[in-house]
Amino acid sequence: MPQLFPHSANSSVRVSLVILVTVVAALAWVGVSYQYGPYTTRQGQTREQPVPFSHAHHVGGLGLDCRYCHTSVEGSSFAGIPPTKTCMNCHAQIWSGSSMLAPVRDSFRTGESIRWTKVHDLPDFVYFQHDIHIAKGVGCQSCHGDVDRMPLMYQAKSLQMRWCLDCHRAPEKYLRPKDQIFNTEYTYPANQLALGRQLIQQYHVRSPQDITSCSTCHH
Amino acid sequence: MEPVAQIETLPEPPQESPVIAPGQTFASVTAKISNAVLVDPTPLSWFAAFAVAALLLAMFMGAVTYLLLRGVGIWGINVPVAWGFAIINFVWWIGIGHAGTLISAILHLFHQSWRNAINRFAEAMTLFAVACAGMFPLLHMGRPWLFYWMFPYPSTMQVWPQFRSPLVWDVFAVSTYATVSLLFWFVGLIPDLATYRDRAQRTWVKRLYGVLAMGWRGSARHWKRYESAYLLLAGLATPLVLSVHTVVSFDFAVANMPGWHTTIFPPYFVAGAIYSGFAMVLVLAIPIRAMYNMHALITPRHLENCAKVMLATGLVVAYGYLFEGFAGWYGGNQYEIYMIHNRLVGSYAPFYWSLLTCNLLIPQLLWLRKIRKNVLALFLISIVVLVGMWLERFVIIVTSLHRDFLPSSWGHYTATRWDWAVFIGTLGLFFTLMLLFLRALPMISIAEVKMLLPAAKVEAE
Repeated sequence: MPQLFPHSANSSVRVSLVILVTVVAALAWVGVSYQYGPYTTRQGQTREQPVPFSHAHHVGGLGLDCRYCHTSVEGSSFAGIPPTKTCMNCHAQIWSGSSMLAPVRDSFRTGESIRWTKVHDLPDFVYFQHDIHIAKGVGCQSCHGDVDRMPLMYQAKSLQMRWCLDCHRAPEKYLRPKDQIFNTEYTYPANQLALGRQLIQQYHVRSPQDITSCSTCHH
Repeated sequence: MEPVAQIETLPEPPQESPVIAPGQTFASVTAKISNAVLVDPTPLSWFAAFAVAALLLAMFMGAVTYLLLRGVGIWGINVPVAWGFAIINFVWWIGIGHAGTLISAILHLFHQSWRNAINRFAEAMTLFAVACAGMFPLLHMGRPWLFYWMFPYPSTMQVWPQFRSPLVWDVFAVSTYATVSLLFWFVGLIPDLATYRDRAQRTWVKRLYGVLAMGWRGSARHWKRYESAYLLLAGLATPLVLSVHTVVSFDFAVANMPGWHTTIFPPYFVAGAIYSGFAMVLVLAIPIRAMYNMHALITPRHLENCAKVMLATGLVVAYGYLFEGFAGWYGGNQYEIYMIHNRLVGSYAPFYWSLLTCNLLIPQLLWLRKIRKNVLALFLISIVVLVGMWLERFVIIVTSLHRDFLPSSWGHYTATRWDWAVFIGTLGLFFTLMLLFLRALPMISIAEVKMLLPAAKVEAE
């Protein structure tokens, strides 16, 4: 009777075991990269906008305060997208003939809003409120990144839940004094943790147990 | 009358039937078990059974498809009875599996060599029962494709499963149980797979069994390693017989629901699991020995031993029922007393009384040697016990849940036809897998049965 398996059978089995382990490891790597990577989160990707508005120019260069446009950030869940009138306060006078600004002038003439593409878009099952975060000492920069250096707007952070929890579990790492919230050049002091704990007391920030409870963000 | 004649008429002490019929040899055992799959034509009864099982499996698939399309609302579950059939069937199936592990692991460690003839298909029974059991929590989730949320993996939400919940312990208990059972079963199969490889007729069949036998040549070194691996796995599986159903009982005992919150639950659940498991072993063994004419290897001794285990575990379960009632009364808690009262005379009382009839009353017949020797009676009593153990889980889950602490949240539970379709469908899944196993693999462990032969004993001494 001839042999059932050739000589190479043992080696093939060993090689396929190595291949199996490699394939499983590769699949795990792909899964993790997919879940955490910018392909899923859109972190760091600029979006197409009807007008290429530059925060770098307006905030970094001209020094406009965030609240000049995002007027409701301190008192509402929604920071506010400025009406075309806000743009026209200046652009009725300067760059009034620029072709790049044609959609702004059209919007002003017709009264139809410019359809900006939302960059920081949380899922609908999360109830995020800007006002409470401002009131408790979270700087704009902490979530939106260095907006004053962004020629086109992009999402600086992943916006994944683990990122939210990073701060909700230890707010002392990020809290700022009230007068520094809109400061785009703010640097954390060396004693940030001590300061943060003091600010938690001062602002009456609730305990991590409270602010990591499911219903805090998911009603 | 002569005195000699008087002595002769004294009743003889009852003779135990042997664990293996006389006249068997190494060659006859190998031929019997391997020919059943490789040479002999498949029995007609196999085809008949497979047709029924496959039909039920098709019904299961249809019912699950509709369930996935419409959601768990097609079942009878609703607040306050949110568990219903899914959890009843889960506990029932996982309990059935326990007998297989007890036979293969615990009886092995205790040198109960009679178990060598029934451990193989009992282990297969365990695997298939765990597969059926696993269906129910998955389907009950409503979105089974998100089942991996139950595992502690590094998710982008950075939240972990609730480790204080027994439902999470269940995930670990059942997945460990399935893994260890599969490994134990497969390691035990290796020498027999090599026998099949050597005796198969066609080349591709030889190759198939050859790959599965993983190069087994039966050398002394192979046997030594095999024996240690098998012993280690038996040691690993032994605590699982006790721990898995203990964890399942925690699903209830850890909650503060009247009728669930008692310390008797873990031992009483484990005993109930083994009780129903041995009933299922008999329900399988009796037709299998008829179908494949295995009477020489699965002897009346095996059936009788299984019946004795059933009798013993059934009494532990009876103690559990007694103590539930006692604890309710002695504890003096009005909710517990009401729960006992509700079981005895409430709207689900017929289920409770049928449960007592099936699990306490009828199995007492097993005290009689005549009944233990009667194959048909054993088969019927085993089915009665399986029904009784299913009713037990029904009573535990439904009667406790439908009468909550607040009368305003009381409700009623009735299973829909989809509940029944999924439940009976898993019977189809179980028996389809079992029949495929009988058709393709050695249903009795060839190597281990040979150890029961007189020839093997002489050499060992």
